[in-house]
Amino acid sequence: MNPLIFMLWLLIVSIVMMFAAFTSAYIVRREEGNWLEFDLPSVLLVNSIVLILSSVFMQWAYSSAKADNIKNVKLALVLTIVAGVAFLIGQWAGWGELVKNNVFFGGSTSNPSGSFLYVLTGVHAFHLITGLIFLIIVVISALKYKVHSRNLTRIKLCTIYWHFLGALWIYLYVFLVLNH
Amino acid sequence: MSSTDISLHKDVHSGHDDHHDDHHEQSFIEKYIFSQDHKVIGKQFLFAGLFWAIIGGTFSSLFRFQLGFPEATFTFLEPILGKWVDGGKLNPEFYLALVTMHGTIMVFFVLTAGLSGTFSNFLIPLQIGARDMASGFMNMLSFWFFFLASVIMFYSIFLETGPAAGGWTVYPPLSALPQAISGSGAGMTMWLVSMALFIVSQLLGGVNYITTVINLRTRGMSMAKLPLTIWAFFLTAVLGLLAFPVLFSAALLLIFDRSFGTSFFLSDIYVAGEALTHTGGSPVLFQHLFWFLGHPEVYIVILPTFGIVSEVIATNARKPIFGYRAMIGSMLGISILSFIVWAHHMFVSGMNPFLGSVFMFLTLIIAVPSAVKVFNWLATLWRGNINFTPAMLFSVAFVSLFITGGVTGIILGNSALDIQMHDTYFVVAHFHLVMGSAAFFGMFAGVYHWFPKMFGRMIDEKLGYVHFWITFVCAYLIFMPMHYLGIAGFPRRYYTWTGFETFNKFLDMNSFITIAAIFVFFAQFIFIFNFIYSIFRGRRATENPWKSNTLEWTTPVNPGHGNWPGPLPVVYRWPYDYSKPGAPQDFIPQNVPYSQTQSSNLPYERDFE
Repeated sequence: MNPLIFMLWLLIVSIVMMFAAFTSAYIVRREEGNWLEFDLPSVLLVNSIVLILSSVFMQWAYSSAKADNIKNVKLALVLTIVAGVAFLIGQWAGWGELVKNNVFFGGSTSNPSGSFLYVLTGVHAFHLITGLIFLIIVVISALKYKVHSRNLTRIKLCTIYWHFLGALWIYLYVFLVLNH
Repeated sequence: MSSTDISLHKDVHSGHDDHHDDHHEQSFIEKYIFSQDHKVIGKQFLFAGLFWAIIGGTFSSLFRFQLGFPEATFTFLEPILGKWVDGGKLNPEFYLALVTMHGTIMVFFVLTAGLSGTFSNFLIPLQIGARDMASGFMNMLSFWFFFLASVIMFYSIFLETGPAAGGWTVYPPLSALPQAISGSGAGMTMWLVSMALFIVSQLLGGVNYITTVINLRTRGMSMAKLPLTIWAFFLTAVLGLLAFPVLFSAALLLIFDRSFGTSFFLSDIYVAGEALTHTGGSPVLFQHLFWFLGHPEVYIVILPTFGIVSEVIATNARKPIFGYRAMIGSMLGISILSFIVWAHHMFVSGMNPFLGSVFMFLTLIIAVPSAVKVFNWLATLWRGNINFTPAMLFSVAFVSLFITGGVTGIILGNSALDIQMHDTYFVVAHFHLVMGSAAFFGMFAGVYHWFPKMFGRMIDEKLGYVHFWITFVCAYLIFMPMHYLGIAGFPRRYYTWTGFETFNKFLDMNSFITIAAIFVFFAQFIFIFNFIYSIFRGRRATENPWKSNTLEWTTPVNPGHGNWPGPLPVVYRWPYDYSKPGAPQDFIPQNVPYSQTQSSNLPYERDFE
């Protein structure tokens, strides 16, 4: 295996461990009681669909690069970025909805159940931003005609990372729905 | 790999031989400061580790003064410590800060970064036959993240409110509330920032070590022909990759609790009769998250020395390591078990006693693979043709310390006994022997053994013997009496104990421990002197001074960038062919094919000729 791809998988393992810590802390803390129950923001479902859509675009970009269809690569990558940014905006709207329902991150009226939701979405959003930066780098190199069937490593790395971020969000969403 | 996109491949040495030809002149900064050469980065970690070890040792000497001579006044410390010494008396909060920083520095900055940073970086490419790490750039970043973490931690020592003082385990609520102790103010903030950077450094390094071992082994170097050092470094990196992100999560939640008003770990608390706004947090949750890292961390500290000691003992006993596969198996077993025993640190935390008995059972199982390792080391020594080099002495002493400290681990692993001993010096004695002294001895063994390859000169043996005997004797003089203190109920973490009638009779013993500790601290300067002097003035080393089998000794005396001037060596055999019957010499390096050793080949090896 290409060492860079192997390295990416190892970094993914470490991110998985981070979220494993957060979600198991969530379960342990929830069992102890004094836990505020509230409805998840409805926009999260829409966001999930947008993020899955972005993964589809990403896969399209990768297979276009394999087929040396450079025009489609650029289009698909831009669509992926747009969907990624739309997801982030949606998450922000979700936070707004929480605040409107008096579920706060910190302060005297906050409860760990709300704080955990902010942490899970926030840390995921941070990683998604790093994914977007990676996407922009790939777009720039695609503009320089450096992404094609004989030079796939970069876009392959980006595809793996982006799919991982999507899968991570789906896990978090399902986890939150089941534990609410 | 033909590609127009060079930038993506520049930092990857993909095992091709065409890289070493393009030697270009490197500037001083490229060569020694922002170097991407694994050997230079390894030495950078070593020097940084030594610097931190001196700081950490100084701190322990200071608080040993207080413990050994509680009635004395230390006016001579005033010029150095300023207001932390008041009228010759150590400030109690400063005492706690010293203990905290001693633990943090020794565990993370010396025995994690200084130990596996040095030897994983230096030895992995050399022993598997690679030109460099998988990504030299990430490797460089790993060191500089560590450097940044070091600067922040070092700066926090000089804060007016002092560095973090809530213990190296930083349990909330003590660490979360600045009202609790002055060290939990800016000092604790800097501790958390520094540790976050430290974790990034460890992950960058660990990802590199694992990728290099998996992907860049030279031809013939199967996983079953790896030196045990490489197995140890590999498993250490895997443990770090799985454990450190969890500490990062815990630290992040603690930062939110401290600065953003959340209540992950803070329950309803009254300070000075006034209720804080925090509600509903769980401090035991932090302990779970912390020790999920914290227990693998002690194996991150000790596993590299397992590898180093196995290598040094086999080389200097001139015998194959006993039970090569059992050694790998026991390290694998220890690595897996290390993730499912963390709660044995929490028997007194108020956790469910049934859970405690499960963790007790799992903890005691670790005695099995540990005993396998000890048995194998002793069996390797048995009737060996032993060369007592300083590295060998440190390795044999490592086995001794590991046994002594490990036996008390079985005692403390029992929850019923641990509840009795937990807050006494028995615990201090246990972990200082088994992961403190033993890991330090392994590190010294590594430095003495690989010094010729690092610096091209021999380290002075006579000074090495003096250093060894003082350190070895004092390690036991310090920690053996502590077991006795602990069984007698003498509490740890106390700044002053003279107010208790029961403990006053231990004054002499405490003074004795302190004198031994100060003495051994100064003895380390023999090593520092020897180390620095030998870098510049030591006898010139030969390529293979210890007549060892592993690949690093097939490089030139001062290996350049790319390690081997010609093509990469090819590996034909395992690394432990010492004193093989029928062979003209008592060692056969890994790169010697069976066709050249027909006199010593075993029946099944004739097929490889």
